[in-house]
Amino acid sequence: MGKLDLLQGTLDLMVLKTLAAMGPQHGYGIARRIEQVSGNEVLLNQGTIYASLVRLEQRGWIESNWGVSDNNRKAKFYAITVSGRKQLAADARYWARLTGVMDKVLAMSPDLGGEEGAA
Amino acid sequence: MSLLRRCRERVRAFWNKPALDAELEAELAAHLELAIDENLKRGLAPEEARRLALVSLGGMEQAKEQQREERGLMTLDILLQDLKYTLRTLGRDRGFTTVAILILALGIGANIAVFSVVNTLLLRPLPFTHSEQLVRILEKDPKGGESSMTYSTDAMQEFQAKNRSFQQVTGYFAFSGPDNNKLTGKGQPEPVTGLMVAGNFFPTLGVEPLLGRQFSAEDCLKNSRPVTMLSYPFWKRRFGANPGLVGQTIDIDGKQVTVVGVLPNTFDFGSVFSPGAKVDFFGPAIFGDMEDWGNTMALVGRLKPGVTLGLAQSEADSLFPQLHSNLKHPEYGDNYTANLMGLKDYVSGKLRRSLIVLWCAVGMILLIVCVNLSNLLLARAAARGKEFALRTALGAGRGRIVRQLLTESLVLSGAGAILGLGMAFVIVAWLAHQGSIALPLLGSLRIDGAALGWTLLIALATSVLFGLAPGLRMGRGNLQAALKDGGRGASEGRSHERMRAVLVVSEVGLACVLLVGAGLLLRSFLQVLDVDLGFEPSHSAAISIAYDDVGDAVKRGAIWQQVIQRVKQIPGVEGAGISDNLPMSVNRSWGISAKGHTYRKGELADTFVYVVSPGYLHSIGMRLVKGRDIRWEDNDKKQAVVVINETVARHLWPGEDPVGRIAYAGGVEAQVIGVVADVHETNAETEAGWQMYLSATAPQFGPVGANLVVQTKLPPAALASGVTRVLREINPGQPANEFRPIQMLVDHASSPRRFFMLLVGAFAGLGLLLAALGIYGVISYSVTQRTQEIGIRMALGSSTGRVQRDVIAKTLWLAVAGIVLGTVASLAVARLIASMLFATSPWDGGTFAGMAVALLAVALVSGYIPARRASRIDPMVALRDN
Repeated sequence: MGKLDLLQGTLDLMVLKTLAAMGPQHGYGIARRIEQVSGNEVLLNQGTIYASLVRLEQRGWIESNWGVSDNNRKAKFYAITVSGRKQLAADARYWARLTGVMDKVLAMSPDLGGEEGAA
Repeated sequence: MSLLRRCRERVRAFWNKPALDAELEAELAAHLELAIDENLKRGLAPEEARRLALVSLGGMEQAKEQQREERGLMTLDILLQDLKYTLRTLGRDRGFTTVAILILALGIGANIAVFSVVNTLLLRPLPFTHSEQLVRILEKDPKGGESSMTYSTDAMQEFQAKNRSFQQVTGYFAFSGPDNNKLTGKGQPEPVTGLMVAGNFFPTLGVEPLLGRQFSAEDCLKNSRPVTMLSYPFWKRRFGANPGLVGQTIDIDGKQVTVVGVLPNTFDFGSVFSPGAKVDFFGPAIFGDMEDWGNTMALVGRLKPGVTLGLAQSEADSLFPQLHSNLKHPEYGDNYTANLMGLKDYVSGKLRRSLIVLWCAVGMILLIVCVNLSNLLLARAAARGKEFALRTALGAGRGRIVRQLLTESLVLSGAGAILGLGMAFVIVAWLAHQGSIALPLLGSLRIDGAALGWTLLIALATSVLFGLAPGLRMGRGNLQAALKDGGRGASEGRSHERMRAVLVVSEVGLACVLLVGAGLLLRSFLQVLDVDLGFEPSHSAAISIAYDDVGDAVKRGAIWQQVIQRVKQIPGVEGAGISDNLPMSVNRSWGISAKGHTYRKGELADTFVYVVSPGYLHSIGMRLVKGRDIRWEDNDKKQAVVVINETVARHLWPGEDPVGRIAYAGGVEAQVIGVVADVHETNAETEAGWQMYLSATAPQFGPVGANLVVQTKLPPAALASGVTRVLREINPGQPANEFRPIQMLVDHASSPRRFFMLLVGAFAGLGLLLAALGIYGVISYSVTQRTQEIGIRMALGSSTGRVQRDVIAKTLWLAVAGIVLGTVASLAVARLIASMLFATSPWDGGTFAGMAVALLAVALVSGYIPARRASRIDPMVALRDN
């Protein structure tokens, strides 16, 4: 089985969650973390993370500062803001609801559909 | 909230591009380093570590582009890129760019100018407050010139008092000629034009004086202190715009007249009520003095809010027949009628059709321009096929290429519009100062906001029109074929050519319609010039003379006789006479009937009346058909004499000899002594009305003013100083009036027709030129494309003549197709302009044939040049190249 294509908007949510969980992190770190957590199931061109980061930053949900990494490399570090956490909570709730509905819909059995059709 | 913030950030990012790009560069570099570090730690070789890092990044450039797209304003970025690229390409192809912009500027400029005219005359409301409430009141059947479009002061006041539809009824004295007064100040007395208006004239129109005050009720009373309001141009020209003049007196006709106000510059009486006329000052009409003058007031009213024209008309229909022309003399009759006409309609209603035709003609020019440019762009497309194929191969989408091409056409039409606007400015400024064109409101012509909006609109429309077709066509190009060898010989080339041929045929068709329209209008104009006016305008000139006869006919006779005798002695003068009014200028009408006859209602017509000296009829070139001219001795108190025109003779004494008969002329018994040929008294196009000529020495009649007419073969300018000197010797107070050729009056009357004819003619010429350019372009291009083929044919023994003939045949085929198409369209269009034609059939064979010949000739010339080039192709060179 091939890797999963990311749904529109899901990358932003992943980035927010990663930053909330891990604290300030640079682009490479975020990308690696997502790959690891997903068990390398997500097809992620690491480069796309930067489009997501600029999108989130322009909305004020994350902020960035240049800093130094563990192995002494200069890198741009991103951190989640207060409004970013709020957004994360809202998006996570939404996502949970959506997956709940999707689960139910996909678990639908054929005769149930037939009954509704007859009603 | 966050969206708004995002927009702001995007705009900021757009302006901050270099810094942000550098930062992104650094960030991605760091990313790569971090990834390599990790790979190295896992024990990979440096080469492999780097390769894998790049692979998982997924393309450096793509990552940057994605981020930039999210960050800034991509659309704008692309637009700027396209613009930069466009300017570079257009700059490289200077010849094409210049021709394209010039063609566009001509088309757009003409459109802006015509739009300004249409907007001023037709679309924009009149320059008065709530002008839609203003109404002109005319007689229902105005056959007798001004006299049948006017009312007496008593009737006017009675209507004012009785009606319930109008807020105000006002009017002006309709019989003022130009230069009817003289202003005496420093130096020579100066001729000036004064006009009497009802006291409430300006308040009714909603015109406020710039300085001073309106006329007051006291100003309009009998024997009140004379007052005047000056027009702005007169105040500025004659008194240097001196604000201190208000309250001062000026000397008009020897009377001290107090200036009470100055009118604003925006008010131009002539442009609304009497096109081509200028009025210098206004005086209050003193109704107390005017009771016995008859019908002299032209009426204008302002409807009450909410009252429709129809409602007011039905009230007027019941009121007007009851009005008295003179309350003291109820026996004078009271058969008034009223036709209410919106003032705007009165001013420009007659011009509506001409203006719309003009608008359509200029729109057609724009279409031709678009077709022409499409054509030029297609020719360029062929040459640029490779360039676009390359861009497509490098990843440019079709949308992006169409966008690039549309940017190019936008830039072209934008530049054309700017240049065109400049041209329109010049044309409009020139037109606004053409006082000799009898079109209303021309003086207020200007490029206004509406015209600028129109410019924007047509610039956009043209760029889409001429840019889209070639754009789509090019975006669709066949990549491989194009890359292989620039599309030459490929099917793409041939379909290009077919499309261009279609464009040229439609262009020729459009030019054809314009040519037919212009031809028909020109033919009509020539017919108008050819009309037998009943007098000869080319050999006479006239000057308005001042004299003081204290109302005595004997004295008047003596003065007139002296003037004529002295003027006749000037070398070069062949004849001289005096009339109060001249044809095609101011007129008035009375009644005439045969004595002893009773007439049914409607059997008699208002009759134009001229009080003239002996010799006048001859001096202006009128033809005496029967009987004799007026003599100085025709001053019998009991029985006057009258010369009638053929129309009057035909109606009053059908089949009989009118000479010697007795008539009632203007309520006075008069013997008919002569009959003259009909004179077109209003303009060349309308039929002659009833006319009569009365003796200036008869005590029964009084002339209104006096115009000395001098017959000469010399140019009038050569006589002007001599005539003026003689007049000054007789009357030192003679103002410096202009000595005007009678031809000027005729030209003035036909100036609207000349104006439209010239404009449509100019457009047709432009259309023809553009069509020629189009034909030339297509043929010349096809010759270039087929150089090789022609070379082979010539190598195989085809003669140069044969090659030439082939190219010319192709040209003619295009032209003939266009002409056939255009002729069909012209037949339809000709019917639409039939009402603008004069003595010309809309299906005038000569015009259609002339159009066809002109187009064929132009096609031949534009085909001959490439044909010649084709026949000069050297087979060796042609075959070796490529």
